[in-house]
Amino acid sequence: MKIKSTEIIDTFAEAFKMWGTRVIITGESRKWALAAARSMTGLATSVIGCTCVACVERDLPPESTPDRRPGVSVLLFTPDKDSMGKRLLDRVGQCVMTCPTTACYNGLEGAEHTVNVGGLLRYFGDGHQMSKRLGDRRLWRIPVMDGEFLVDEEFGLQPAVGGGNLLILGKTAQATLRAAAAAVRTMQETEGVILPFPDGVVRSGSKVGSRYKSLIASTNDPYCPTLKGVTEQTALPPDINCVLEIVIDGLSEEAVRRAMHAGLLAAARPGIRQLSAGNYGGNLGQFHIPLHELLAESAP
Amino acid sequence: MSLELTLHTAPEVPLEAEILSPDRLQSLSPAAIEKARVMHGNRPLALAEFFRIGGQPGDEIHLHGDLARVKHVGAGMSAGRLVIHGDIGAHLGAGMSGGEIRVEGNAGDWVGPEMRGGSIFVAGDAGHMVGAAYRGSAMGMLGGEIIITGRAGNEIGHAMRSGSIAVGGDAGDFSGVNMLAGTIVVCGRAGNRTGAGMKRGSIVLMSEAEILPTFSYDCRYHPVILRLCLSRLADKGLSVDAACIKGEYERYSGDAIELNRGEILIYKS
Repeated sequence: MKIKSTEIIDTFAEAFKMWGTRVIITGESRKWALAAARSMTGLATSVIGCTCVACVERDLPPESTPDRRPGVSVLLFTPDKDSMGKRLLDRVGQCVMTCPTTACYNGLEGAEHTVNVGGLLRYFGDGHQMSKRLGDRRLWRIPVMDGEFLVDEEFGLQPAVGGGNLLILGKTAQATLRAAAAAVRTMQETEGVILPFPDGVVRSGSKVGSRYKSLIASTNDPYCPTLKGVTEQTALPPDINCVLEIVIDGLSEEAVRRAMHAGLLAAARPGIRQLSAGNYGGNLGQFHIPLHELLAESAP
Repeated sequence: MSLELTLHTAPEVPLEAEILSPDRLQSLSPAAIEKARVMHGNRPLALAEFFRIGGQPGDEIHLHGDLARVKHVGAGMSAGRLVIHGDIGAHLGAGMSGGEIRVEGNAGDWVGPEMRGGSIFVAGDAGHMVGAAYRGSAMGMLGGEIIITGRAGNEIGHAMRSGSIAVGGDAGDFSGVNMLAGTIVVCGRAGNRTGAGMKRGSIVLMSEAEILPTFSYDCRYHPVILRLCLSRLADKGLSVDAACIKGEYERYSGDAIELNRGEILIYKS
């Protein structure tokens, strides 16, 4: 199958069950809301080396935030439900509560599962904290040096999908980078997904295991162009000199599929020889997203 | 489905009609509703002596006529919707735990005393003791929401423990007296001794007010929580100045004769 001159490999992305939440951060201006969000989503690219995966989902105009100030939404994913509380407590407490003017709200109202965040952060108030109940939700007001930090007591969480991915195989580094950037721009418009690597792109794709016993993952040598002449398992045709990956985590499989579909269409451009996806032979992930099926679904 | 009750004979003395509540009437047949007992002074009489009954029993009741002498309507209500197209008497929604009451006219004293949940909206004025504790009770309102778009009398939120009371116009003296927690918003002017004896909770005032000497000035700031509280009230039909939603407030802590954990927030600019 081809899109223009780019071949779409008949393979699938293998993704995993995760737990996800949405956090809404507002501030006196977009600058401060974004500052908190960027801080909160630091060191959160992959569960291989981080305790969670997190990234800014989108800007929120004042009319769509709980306190009608500028805001951003953040999605955060963990491999299991139990660790979500700890991750949120640490990151909201250290990165949002510390940021001037910000407030922090649950972005998954009505979720079946919840985790207590504000109800634990309140102890920072040393007895001076106050709560307010608005309808079904309770918020905590924690006195801080610029006034008060306002935070929802409970945040919703839901089953989610992590590890959707696209591999962009290009003839040159420049062409591959341009295609990746174009795909990221399009994919970021999809609600309910994040692309957690730097500006959405990862170059150090990994495989499971390593020759070194202490490592659980190592470089994806079949896709490293410098190892084409060394490894017997190279997946790269002779004219491929650069591979970049886009990893997608989403609140639903459907959201991940939509983002991947948009990414395929955007990345297929001159200089891109193939578009592929990473998997583990279908033996590890609970979700398999075939690229040809994705494109067939959208065919008129 | 809704039940329509229209007052055809005005009571000569106060009529106690706790039965006028959706969860009490929805399981009764129209014939049984006509025979339901109400207290006219000290005499038990059938509801049909005063009301013409129409519509079908369901989770919604509409009351028509001047009901200023009809008391305890919606008392103990737990679900459903009650709409009063006119004035209503005292003890409206007393101790209610759920459901919604809407009054298109004025309400008497004791709107929602000791209520635990649900909501009451009064399009006109209300009397004294809105959301208050009955005399001798330790606690007033324990939850829910009361919105009075007009004026309210004295001692609103007396000893309230949770929930919120909002008054679109002026409020009388002793708003939030002895309050334990919860929120009171007064968009007009508040009377004397606001917050006297309060332990915790918030009283939000949109106009200058006398502050008791047992309250201490803290600071002037933008409380983000008020953006949520006041926007919510505006969405529910209370007229709140947009400037007050985003505005700067002076904060006073008190009452120092009690826990000193309450606050009065006064809008400045």
